[in-house]
Amino acid sequence: MLATIIRRLLQTLVVLLVMSALVFVGIYLVGDPVSMLASPEATDAQREAIRVSLGLDKPLWMQYFVFLGQAVQGDFGNSFLTGEPAMRLIVERMPATMELATVAMLMSVLIGVPLGIIAGLRPRAVSSRTIMTGSVLGFSLPNFWVGLMLIMLFAVQLGWLPASGRGETVSVLGVPLSVLTLDGWASLILPASTIALAKCAMIIRVTRAATREALPMDYIKFARAKGISEKRVLGVHLLKNILIPIVTIAGLEFGQVVAFAVVTETVFSWPGMGKLLIDSIINLDRPVVVAYLMLIVFFLVLLNLVVDIIYTVLDPRVRLERRT
Amino acid sequence: MSAEMTIDHSGSVHGCTSVVSTSGSGAPVLEVRGLKTHFFTRAGIVKAVDGVDLSVGEGEIVGLVGESGSGKSITGFSLLGLVDAPGRVVDGEIRFNGEDLRQVSASRWRALRGNDIAMIFQDPMMTLNPVLRVDTQMVEAVLAHNRVSRETARARALEVLTKVGIPSPEERLRAYPHQLSGGMRQRVAIAIALLNKPRLIIADEPTTALDVTIQGQILYEMQKLCRETGTGLIWITHDLAVVAGLADRVAVMYAGRVVETGTTEAVINHALHPYTHGLIASIPTPSTRGKPLDPIPGMTPSLLNLPEGCAFRTRCGRATDACRQAPEAVEHRLRHWARCWHAGER
Amino acid sequence: MTTPVSPVESVAPVQAAKVETPLRRFMVDFCASKLALLGVVLLLLTVGAAIFAPWIAPQNPFDIATLDILDSKLPPGSESGDSSMTYWLGTDGQARDVFSAILYGMRTSLMVGSISVLAAFAIGATVGLIAAYFGGRIDAFLMRAVDIQLSFPAILVALILLAILGKGVDKVIIALVVVQWAYFARAARGAALVERSKEYVEAARCMSLGWGRVLFRHVLPNCMPPLIVIATIDLAHAIALEATLSFLGVGVPVTEPSLGMLISNGFEYLLSGLYWISFFPGIALAIAIIGINLVGDHLRDVLNPHNAA
Repeated sequence: MLATIIRRLLQTLVVLLVMSALVFVGIYLVGDPVSMLASPEATDAQREAIRVSLGLDKPLWMQYFVFLGQAVQGDFGNSFLTGEPAMRLIVERMPATMELATVAMLMSVLIGVPLGIIAGLRPRAVSSRTIMTGSVLGFSLPNFWVGLMLIMLFAVQLGWLPASGRGETVSVLGVPLSVLTLDGWASLILPASTIALAKCAMIIRVTRAATREALPMDYIKFARAKGISEKRVLGVHLLKNILIPIVTIAGLEFGQVVAFAVVTETVFSWPGMGKLLIDSIINLDRPVVVAYLMLIVFFLVLLNLVVDIIYTVLDPRVRLERRT
Repeated sequence: MSAEMTIDHSGSVHGCTSVVSTSGSGAPVLEVRGLKTHFFTRAGIVKAVDGVDLSVGEGEIVGLVGESGSGKSITGFSLLGLVDAPGRVVDGEIRFNGEDLRQVSASRWRALRGNDIAMIFQDPMMTLNPVLRVDTQMVEAVLAHNRVSRETARARALEVLTKVGIPSPEERLRAYPHQLSGGMRQRVAIAIALLNKPRLIIADEPTTALDVTIQGQILYEMQKLCRETGTGLIWITHDLAVVAGLADRVAVMYAGRVVETGTTEAVINHALHPYTHGLIASIPTPSTRGKPLDPIPGMTPSLLNLPEGCAFRTRCGRATDACRQAPEAVEHRLRHWARCWHAGER
Repeated sequence: MTTPVSPVESVAPVQAAKVETPLRRFMVDFCASKLALLGVVLLLLTVGAAIFAPWIAPQNPFDIATLDILDSKLPPGSESGDSSMTYWLGTDGQARDVFSAILYGMRTSLMVGSISVLAAFAIGATVGLIAAYFGGRIDAFLMRAVDIQLSFPAILVALILLAILGKGVDKVIIALVVVQWAYFARAARGAALVERSKEYVEAARCMSLGWGRVLFRHVLPNCMPPLIVIATIDLAHAIALEATLSFLGVGVPVTEPSLGMLISNGFEYLLSGLYWISFFPGIALAIAIIGINLVGDHLRDVLNPHNAA
């Protein structure tokens, strides 16, 4: 187990290095941030001064090594725009994104799993066919457009919910969370639903497939032969078995959701990492972009590792085989 | 198990039966007449079970013998109401302790299953839920039918595991199914069947997937248990030799119908139906050593389109025009029935 | 190299003759699902609209000369100032007829999506086939690249690429190809591995055919079914991704807008209640994607009996 973790972390390191190099070089080629920062009347001398202060006068490879050296110490440079440490900017906005992603994922699973089981129990019934057709709709509708339409309906026409921004937050262990306030929920529900629509559809499909695969199994029949209540047969025997693939997929999708939050945050002006990324790309704020990517890569690999561990915990066949 | 041992064995079984036989000493535990279970598929109607008569007395062991595809497993499922769509029981009578099981409600079925009637499946790897511990699966079987505490249920599980001869049962309880060997798993399955002291156990080829030595042990233990507790047992198998050493009565199935039924001694030594005769004759014994084997010619017909009348007639040496009519079950000798127009010939 | 006219050549005609009946069976199976047929109808609608846009559209919304600024922000069903046409779906901030804009936008959306899928298919399938055929280190290396590519969220890869490459339809296509090729590579490799162990590959190799010929003339046709399913589903993803990128402002340029860009244009008017500028292009986009997904879904069930509903 330990060996795997170490191996994984080493792999992450390699990927991080490659990624950082690629992005570093790429963004370097894109444009000249100095022209964005300096006022149009700035003289060449002033521009040069800015360039030097940002370390942009050095050759590319040297800039990269400086970056690496600092990165290892946790310093990802300062934002070209605001001068604040890039990593700190991102970490500040992380709770907002994580909160959104977590709520969205929870919604998807809590709604999607039961619906998926229903659809899997009797595949030819009207209810299950409706659910499946609904799920096609769910992942076909473009995510950002759904967000727009939700805003239009609930914020503009009905005026029930705010169209943008995050609600009131309460600090928990130093982390500001908006799930604990009613106002927070009012702002959270639209963006979370937007994300949840597509993910829910996916979870429904996976659950249904897993259910259909598990139902004809002998152990289900045997459980019934023991006279166990149908509620327990489905709720314990079936559920515990299908949870394994579902949790694995939900875990991996969580990573996708965090990344894709870029779009939702733009639509709803949600103050998270994603919005920061888009703005930074448009403003050529390289340190922030690079810092974001490093963080995301690290997060994704960590997530993969966590999902693997969860899988091992859930499936005793895997867990106990490893020891022997 | 060689046939010689079997034939000899049947001599001693015969003796056993006459001593212990409680069959006939009261109403039968299970009485089945004319059971028909059909599957309504897109390809047509599969008549998996098309006329089965069975009766099991208290403490009696009945062997249900047939090749794969003869419908014996489906018979077992039908007796528990576990036939999956697109199949269902279409005809026949099933009386359990006098209760008509075809009229019974879903909740009554659940009360009966695992409690009064228990079933042991063929492949223990797949019948035990791989992600649940053994104790969970045993305790839930007790709790489903008895309002007792978890500790009491667990104690009962322990007791039964010991009875089926599992060493260090406490450890096994905490294990997961895949950590146990095949023989051990099957003993757990048998233990589960015994948990609530059922009146009838249906065992569907429980030893087919096991080593021959384990098979012998389990057969012996099952027999002992049934004698001791007075539990009726239907042992479904394709192996006539197994049944010969174990059962009091034998029912032979072919293509969905019971074609012969009688005491083990009678069926094996005085087979009436040509199919039974063929089965016995095709078992190699020391006396037939060196001679070519005598298999039954032809192949089992598909259950989708059975031959008209007697299903065996396409492979039968005694077949005549009369066989185009499905034969009725006739009691040729005392408690020895056969479905054949030419029963006992040759 | 002279190859005698024998087994290899005769393998092909036999396969060609067999194609007839499976094709017919496939058509029957496919048409059994009403939903799939609905999908086909939707697809035909959208593709037809895209192809015939210049003839159907009442206005060319990108020819500034035809626009009358006074007609801007009109709700659906309004008449134009000079009563020459009806704006069935309203007009946007620049007085462009939304209906016409949708037709032209659909063109761009479908074109970008299709081209990128075809290119990704070509590249990905080639990589996958090569990996499966040669095995060993080549396989390990290629698949590692695929795995790394696949573990990254598509949207991020596309965003960064476009940030580097800049705006333009061609750049968008490149970004989409980079994001998608890995799916094809993995699927092609999987299918090719199954085929590799089959006899006709042995036979072809015995004939000393070059690996290119074996791969593309013999193995590839048999790998098509799963690849076609992936292509269909991927087309929907590509179109949606392009729309998202354009919505974010890093996709197609203003001069050649896609449906995503149209939706983005309408965003600012949403809060003032002018919903139609974003709403209708979204519906059009949804119809296209739903159509593709319905077809792709059923294709998957038909071509892979394991998943059959």
